Amino acid sequence: MKARVHVTLKNGVLDPQGKAIEQALGALGFGGVEEVRQGKVIEFSLQESDPAKARADVEAMCQKLLANTVIENYAIELDG
Amino acid sequence: MKAAVIVFPGSNCDRDVQVALRQSMGREPLMVWHKETDFDAVDLIVLPGGFSYGDYLRCGAMAANSPVMKEVVARAAKGVAVLGICNGFQMLTETGLLPGVLMRNADLRFVCRDVGIKVETSQSVFTSRYEQGEAIRIPVAHHDGNYFADEDTLSALEDRGQIAFRYCDADGTVTPQANPNGSQRNIAGVYNEAKTVLGLMPHPERLADPKLGGNDGRPIFDGLVEALS
Repeated sequence: MKARVHVTLKNGVLDPQGKAIEQALGALGFGGVEEVRQGKVIEFSLQESDPAKARADVEAMCQKLLANTVIENYAIELDG
Repeated sequence: MKAAVIVFPGSNCDRDVQVALRQSMGREPLMVWHKETDFDAVDLIVLPGGFSYGDYLRCGAMAANSPVMKEVVARAAKGVAVLGICNGFQMLTETGLLPGVLMRNADLRFVCRDVGIKVETSQSVFTSRYEQGEAIRIPVAHHDGNYFADEDTLSALEDRGQIAFRYCDADGTVTPQANPNGSQRNIAGVYNEAKTVLGLMPHPERLADPKLGGNDGRPIFDGLVEALS
């Protein structure tokens, strides 16, 4: 089973990198771009075949390592 | 006092801390590799600066989950003093020993220069050799030192006196201009509730010998030796 974890900054947390990207896009002539937020995507394969168990495992991985829940949200996608 | 310096792959201030501790203690600190799961009893554990594990995922995240860190967290819970400097501060927030998180500097630049910091309290084992409100000069060198915590956490830190240092100008005034990285409320260092764990972004070990241009960092180490011996 494939897992994909999206890690994004929580609302209200300033994102200086997103701001820089937004300014760079504006400088390149892409008008009307607002509220750019940068995150990460982490992909991996799991040997677990039970979707409920796999989700619980990935949830624990997010809590323990993949996201810092002080500032980040995460969303889990399972496939296969 | 007995002290241990934890060494991670990518640590680069471990030997500076070793020299500063040796100078204040008059004996060698223990140097402990990150793969150790046990080490001799000590009164102080130092998590040094650097780029542990290449800052992969988030600064300090890998170190916070390394084998030695379980032992560090267990000893901190028993009241052993822990000092985290720069990357060590990032590790302490990642382990949850300290609240908040250190984000990318607000202007996205790596900042490497001396800054002024104000000593918020002298009532700790780390700061007893300073005066409350004293402004000292200490170097910073980091890309991710922008302290963030939610408003409730910040208020709780203020109420409990857990803010250790704030960025300030030369006469000790805390101003936005003196803030090198966008940290909320100019926070440069915080304590845990018991004030036995301190994390700070500036590097006191880099100014602990007049031959290196200043001595403002030395009182931290001298004070620890006095308090923990």
